[in-house]
Amino acid sequence: MAQPLLEVKDLKVHFQTDDGLVKAVDGVSYSLQAGETLGIVGESGSGKSVSSLTVMGLITPKQANITGEVFFQGQDLLKVPKDEMRTIRGEKISMIFQDPMTSLHPFYKVGYQISEAILEHQDISKKEAFDQAVEMLARVNIPHPRDRASQYPHEFSGGMRQRAMIAMALSLNPDVLIADEPTTALDVTVQAQILDLIDRLKSEFNAAVIIITHDLGVVAEHCDNIMVMYAGKAAEYGNTDDIYYKPLHPYTWGLLSSIPRLDEEKKERLNPIRGLPPSLIQVPPGCAFHPRCPYKFDPCDRDVPELLPVDGHHAAACHLSLADKEKIRDEEVLVRR
Amino acid sequence: MGRYLIRRALFMVLVIMIVSFLTFMIFVKLPAGDPARRAVGRTTTPEQIENARLAFGLDKPLYVQYWRFLKGFIPYPGLWLDEDVYFSYGSFEPVKNELGRRIPITGILAIGAAVIWLAIGIPIGILSGVRRRSVADRAAMIFAIVGVSMPIFWLAQLLLYAFWFKLQILPSSGIPIGYVGWGGAVRAALEGRFILPWVSLAYINAAFYARMVRGNLIETMNEDYIRTARAKGLSERRVIYKHGLRGALTPVVTMLGLDVGLLLGGAFITETVFGLPGIGQLAVQSIGTNDFPTVMGVTVLGAFIIAIANLVVDVAYAFVDPRVRYT
Repeated sequence: MAQPLLEVKDLKVHFQTDDGLVKAVDGVSYSLQAGETLGIVGESGSGKSVSSLTVMGLITPKQANITGEVFFQGQDLLKVPKDEMRTIRGEKISMIFQDPMTSLHPFYKVGYQISEAILEHQDISKKEAFDQAVEMLARVNIPHPRDRASQYPHEFSGGMRQRAMIAMALSLNPDVLIADEPTTALDVTVQAQILDLIDRLKSEFNAAVIIITHDLGVVAEHCDNIMVMYAGKAAEYGNTDDIYYKPLHPYTWGLLSSIPRLDEEKKERLNPIRGLPPSLIQVPPGCAFHPRCPYKFDPCDRDVPELLPVDGHHAAACHLSLADKEKIRDEEVLVRR
Repeated sequence: MGRYLIRRALFMVLVIMIVSFLTFMIFVKLPAGDPARRAVGRTTTPEQIENARLAFGLDKPLYVQYWRFLKGFIPYPGLWLDEDVYFSYGSFEPVKNELGRRIPITGILAIGAAVIWLAIGIPIGILSGVRRRSVADRAAMIFAIVGVSMPIFWLAQLLLYAFWFKLQILPSSGIPIGYVGWGGAVRAALEGRFILPWVSLAYINAAFYARMVRGNLIETMNEDYIRTARAKGLSERRVIYKHGLRGALTPVVTMLGLDVGLLLGGAFITETVFGLPGIGQLAVQSIGTNDFPTVMGVTVLGAFIIAIANLVVDVAYAFVDPRVRYT
């Protein structure tokens, strides 16, 4: 396999708070090839946002204890000086955020906000930057882009604001686009449009994409690989088919079973995962998922399971033997779907 | 915008009517002494008092009396602060003249103090907000706590004691006779006669502004759009000064308008302590001497200025915050 574009190795991000040490990200590794889409799935507080904010350099050593390595084009981003990181951030790795309502500055015109990003990284005139911003708005399907560029964010609808955010993030033709819950705050119909747009632009701009979401349905269609996170760690990692058709971790099973189905009669209630995500200050000993796991057995509350590859690069962090997992999966989980 | 202004102007008329009515009722129905007797002096005959009563219209029904005063607020030549009605019982001259002499003093005091407190309070607030929990921040917040807590009359006395009485480097108080109108007020300012009053007012307010700007900035820097600005790769300086401050300073516009409006209506305590013959001092004196026409003039002038200040603030807000629209 070619040298990955972005490679995260054993990343840990721990926040010291008044209540104790919050292990928001506790040993996460993944890699991303050019042109590939990675989905990071997990509940709120599973560390999925924090890990990507750290990759962006938006969480600094001042705020948290960061260890591990983040290799991007051959250099470790965690060791890059602040000023150099600024030139990477926005130009080579860019990010769009969950809530387009609050992510744009309410007092500046949309075109200005996009051209500001361009001007920061390119030595061109304001006029040229503004023209580029207009062109970017056109590429994300905003009608009358020139007029729209001179409007304020509050004159845009939610979906249009997210398009504007995407335009901003792609305006410098980045190598990696990180989309942190890009559709959570949007209407369902708009969600599909935004995801299709990200897909289309990914190939047009030849970028690699990381989509962070809590919605397995979102990543199914759009991702090549998926990492399921739980309590700051990867529970399962694999390509989309692995995760959907051959899932090997009880947490992934729970996520898949809790997706409601419309094509069947309503014969039973929704199938939620029992219990609540753990506190990141007092993570349960052993496997963090064991208090909620219906299949827990002897070592689960004692030993932390390693993320072990099963076939190819499909890996799951669970003490159950592969045979047991496949049996449970085939007899209990997949039949329910 | 036009309709909005008309509505606001009508509202202002209502405010002035209410304020003047309340002032009138307090002074006429709950008088601290007979205004007519007050006006003619100590040694008088009953006829003189009776004449004064007739001259002031005190024999007329209440609504007629009120209307006499209310008419004086119609901005039309001959009606505006009519010299027959708005005639001071104390100084025996039209209230208009008295106000005219005092407005420049209060104006210079208020504007000068505002310039100083902005120049001090905003930079301190920004520094504190940006370097939160640093030594500079702690020092600034002690400065602010002292300013917020200290009564202005006490601060004023301390300053007078130090700079006039002990060090003798600044003039004490008051404006000499002959310093007339705006020219006189400016001359007094150039001679340093406003320095201590300015500093007193400015310190108290600068403390408030520093705390407000610090709080706003800290809050703004947690906004999602600040994260977006950082994600663009902007320098931290640009993130703070271009994106953070824009949101943090907007409420200052509101505060400043209201505070300056309030002061223009008379800086009662400061003017009294420093013996500055401004609107505030006039208000205090006229209330003390039960000089009703002057009280009425000063009160309504204050209400008018504050109403205007409110309007200016609201209109200015549309220029600062693009989300605000007037209909």
